[in-house]
Amino acid sequence: MGAMVSRLWAWFDARMPSVAEQFKIHASEYYAPKNFNFWYFFGALAMLVLVIQIVSGIFLTMHYKPDAALAFGSVEYIMRDVPFGWLLRYVHSTGASAFFLVVYLHMFRAMLYGSYREPRELVWIFGVLIYLTMMGEAFFGYLLPWGQMSYWGAQVIVNLFGTVPLIGPDLALWIRGDYVVSDVTLNRFFALHVIAFPLVLLGLVVAHILALHDVGSNNPDGVEIKKHKGPDGRPLDGIPFHPYYTVKDLVGAVVFLIIFCAVLFFAPEMGGYFLEHNNFIPADPLLTPAHIAPVWYFTPYYSILRAVPPLFASQFPGVMAMGIATMILFFLPWLDRSPVKSIRYRGPYYKWALGIFVVVFLLLGYLGVKSTTVWGQFKDPWDVLDTKEIATWVARICSVLYFAFFFLMPWYTARDKVTAVPDRVTG
Amino acid sequence: MSEQEKVDNTRRNLIVATSVAGGAASLGVALPFAASMLPSERAKAAGAPVEVDITRIAPGELAVIEWRGKPVWVIRRTKDMLDSLKAVGARLTDPDSKQSTQPDYAKNEVRSQNPEWMVMEGVCTHLGCSPQLKPADAKAEMGADWAGGFYCPCHGSKFDLAGRVFRGAPAPTNLVVPPYTLTEGKLVIGEDKETRGA
Repeated sequence: MGAMVSRLWAWFDARMPSVAEQFKIHASEYYAPKNFNFWYFFGALAMLVLVIQIVSGIFLTMHYKPDAALAFGSVEYIMRDVPFGWLLRYVHSTGASAFFLVVYLHMFRAMLYGSYREPRELVWIFGVLIYLTMMGEAFFGYLLPWGQMSYWGAQVIVNLFGTVPLIGPDLALWIRGDYVVSDVTLNRFFALHVIAFPLVLLGLVVAHILALHDVGSNNPDGVEIKKHKGPDGRPLDGIPFHPYYTVKDLVGAVVFLIIFCAVLFFAPEMGGYFLEHNNFIPADPLLTPAHIAPVWYFTPYYSILRAVPPLFASQFPGVMAMGIATMILFFLPWLDRSPVKSIRYRGPYYKWALGIFVVVFLLLGYLGVKSTTVWGQFKDPWDVLDTKEIATWVARICSVLYFAFFFLMPWYTARDKVTAVPDRVTG
Repeated sequence: MSEQEKVDNTRRNLIVATSVAGGAASLGVALPFAASMLPSERAKAAGAPVEVDITRIAPGELAVIEWRGKPVWVIRRTKDMLDSLKAVGARLTDPDSKQSTQPDYAKNEVRSQNPEWMVMEGVCTHLGCSPQLKPADAKAEMGADWAGGFYCPCHGSKFDLAGRVFRGAPAPTNLVVPPYTLTEGKLVIGEDKETRGA
């Protein structure tokens, strides 16, 4: 038996040696720094969630009907009548939230250890592109159940494009394919969700990993392990990705799957944060639900959109602020002027800035799921303001801080008191 | 060395010419794909005017009519409701509807042809949600100075009972008034003298 297998492999390898070669380049002879910590789980986990989404999505497609008259009913059919249909759908909906959670933590890791810095700018840019594609993918997918939140969420997001000066209204019309969000819109969002964007996503993931493996992984010390190579040409502080990190990531995957299953089986709606209550009501184009908010992973940007008052009789400034809030990520590698990469050797300025940024991001996310009236109003002496809502003003201050983190970065990172970076990784 | 660097201009021109032609051809091929996403003839045809019997709407009541897939509100305003419009003027973004969309016969303080009957699209000018009627007694929720109007649940814009937007809201302009014809007991939404003439 064993001899059979090795002969078969030899036969295969003689005809297609690139399989073994690629395995070496990307796994068994890809040398990753030996000091990866907890934060390095999330890249592999993001790939795992991508696979979960693709597999559960394929099976959902077998039962779902992309038709405004049938869509809502077909989702209920999946939930009630299809064997294990409820499981498929909850895997997919929990997976969507898990994907964003894991990717946010993955991005935070890059900010902790300066993983976006030279020579890894392209790795970061492909990563931001993946994040934006995910946002599109999540948005298209959210229309498919054709519930109230699906409908009104799509209405708002498509109208965001409608605010662009000059071309806006035609652009929104082109995206919808109709004068309102309708069956036409549902049909094309289905096409974009199940084939167009997943293909782009997969291509970008390949580019992200190829770019990473060309320059090599960063590490918690932010030092280049390629500077110290042994006589065999291998980095002294590197270990082969396979088997060392494949095994480590397996442990991470097991822990992740335990948490994932706990949510999946015990709280798939997550109190209305993963699956919103209003989405269990069929879409009604004449009635916007009383309380509407996007799913949690979009709420920080939604808060920024809501915080900006209209200027020059146009709501475009708010939309632009939201757009810039995401696009600014592309420029992070050039905004950061610190002589060191890792937070371990950075000074107080960056540590404070990053800490405040995290708080601000979470606070904007929290305010985004709440109504603007959540914290009540200022008392009368504040009449001069355009709105007395406390939550709106907190969101405004947070929005300013969000942008300050990026726009002031060249200034505060260059002036920070950094400490000496060791020559080799410290473990 | 210099022999290799020497440019064969004929070849280079051919490459440029084929690239330009190929690029133009690619654009030409992309066009029908992009154009296929524009509204179809069927979608374009679904925009006919709607006729409404308004005799059954009681004073102070709001009726929602579907026109071109959008909610259109017909409100029969009482005297109290009309009085509230005068009081809020100073807090509005565009009290005289200079930057807002409405037919000429609705470009006045009450934003309608006949002050009693308010006809407007129930679509927020910010990002297209449908605001909700908050009557004057919703002061606990809307603040002590609330005199009745509309609140958009999506991004918090507020409007008075003529669809005029309050300052401090993300919506930039007043709610849109569609063309309409109002005769005894009957309202036709989507058609007036102007559109019929056109």
